[in-house]
Amino acid sequence: MSMDNTIAPLSVKDLSCRYTRQNNYALRDISFTAKAGTITGVLGPNGAGKSTFLKSILDLLPHEGSVKFFDGTLAKNRQKIAYIPQRSSVDWDFPVSALDVCLMGLYPRIGWLRRISKAHKEEAMHYLEQVKLQDFAHRQIGALSGGQQQRVFMARALAQQAELFLLDEPMAGVDQKTQTLLFDLFSDLKQKGKTMLIIHHNLQAASAHFDHILLLNQTLVAQGAPEQALSEDAINRAYSPIEA
Amino acid sequence: MDIISSLLTEHYNATIVFFATALLGLSAGLIGCFLVLRKQALISDAVTHATLPGIGIGFLLSLHFGLNDGKYLPLLLLCSAITAYLGAAAVQFITNKTRLSPDTAIASVMSFFYGLGLLLLSIIQNIDAGNKAGLNSFLLGQVSGLRIDNLILLGAVSLFVVCAVVMNFKNLRLLCFDKNYANLLGLKVKTTENILLFLMILVICTGLKTVGLIMIIALLIIPAITARLWTERSELMAALAAFFGALSCIGGVYLSSALYDLPTGSTIVLFAFALFAVSLVIRIIRGADA
Repeated sequence: MSMDNTIAPLSVKDLSCRYTRQNNYALRDISFTAKAGTITGVLGPNGAGKSTFLKSILDLLPHEGSVKFFDGTLAKNRQKIAYIPQRSSVDWDFPVSALDVCLMGLYPRIGWLRRISKAHKEEAMHYLEQVKLQDFAHRQIGALSGGQQQRVFMARALAQQAELFLLDEPMAGVDQKTQTLLFDLFSDLKQKGKTMLIIHHNLQAASAHFDHILLLNQTLVAQGAPEQALSEDAINRAYSPIEA
Repeated sequence: MDIISSLLTEHYNATIVFFATALLGLSAGLIGCFLVLRKQALISDAVTHATLPGIGIGFLLSLHFGLNDGKYLPLLLLCSAITAYLGAAAVQFITNKTRLSPDTAIASVMSFFYGLGLLLLSIIQNIDAGNKAGLNSFLLGQVSGLRIDNLILLGAVSLFVVCAVVMNFKNLRLLCFDKNYANLLGLKVKTTENILLFLMILVICTGLKTVGLIMIIALLIIPAITARLWTERSELMAALAAFFGALSCIGGVYLSSALYDLPTGSTIVLFAFALFAVSLVIRIIRGADA
């Protein structure tokens, strides 16, 4: 009972997203609520609109419908929300180190025109240690492996001390060691009452890692506990080609 | 002491030119670093060309108000800064409101403003042929015309640019690296963008009369890409870009005076490019070894 009374970190109502200047929808009428201390998996075929869904929630794309974070708007809760973008959207040639990126999570607390102090760097190192990257802190991000790159961005989200984590395919192109490390980290965060929304591509492993599933294909095909949302019928509907 | 006093007496004008251009190169390199990192090198092209109509308008206004035969520098610079801003805003507007890509928007805005500028200059030539010679220096630059007040202005601008960049460094870097994230954290993205635009226009406008409209673009971009070849750290890249900018100006000015009185704007840019080419070759050789 007490779980239901706490404020939901994220609740989405009738969310739709249109391609610019066209009438067809990339996403249509999606409603769901993420409870505090849960991990929600967002699954669906390529082109189902999973990334669009995350970006619309975060106001990075224009959309219809309402999105509520905790007790209010995105603007009021910015620092509680961490977003990990798709790896392909990052400029890996940019001259920053793993430590530089992790420090970015601290910027709101450092202050706008304040300089980064030694204490801030030590704090950032602590978050890099949590993702086992302390030995790579000064390496340029392009010189890291795919798994390490993903962990840098996870460290940045940790540095932000967020309550709600939105992750766009954190397991894509990542080695087994990092996958295990990340899933351990997620359940650790869940124990601490944090909430996660994770785009994932692997249907098989889904039931082991997620409390709640959103099965997407331009609209919400099914949602609920893994065994329920991932019924054969639901999967068939989500992965069959949509009729025009 | 002998050197200093000889610099101040015998080579007074040359000393001013050296310092003034070095300061310009320093600020241009520093600002250019962020344009390159943001993959917006071309925007400097649009903004620079958009200064030209401003110079024409400034000339006509100061002529109208009877200021210094139409060449009242503060008014010329102010008007060129305004049209430069309009140029940047036009690129932004076209990119946001249409499906055109930024480079298309830049190409069209740039040609429009440049055409308008040339039109104004030719009108000015027709109404007042005697004064137009002074305006040509904005197109091609005129290093030899630098005086102590130009040096003071460039010194003040450089100091301002360096301070602004140092204070805003982490915000500027985040803007270039991950604008979405900066937006999500509510880190005053619009303000940071405007600061960068303001600093760029400031550097371009103060540099116009020194190295000219076309060459200032090179001073913004070439030292920054040279610096990128030497480091994987953004702080160091910014410092090196400023250094290469200053070095290009000093080297270019020296070459132009030592060798047959070549045009200074061109030698500065050629010197800057030579530094880039050498850095690139060194990088390739080192990369092949590694």
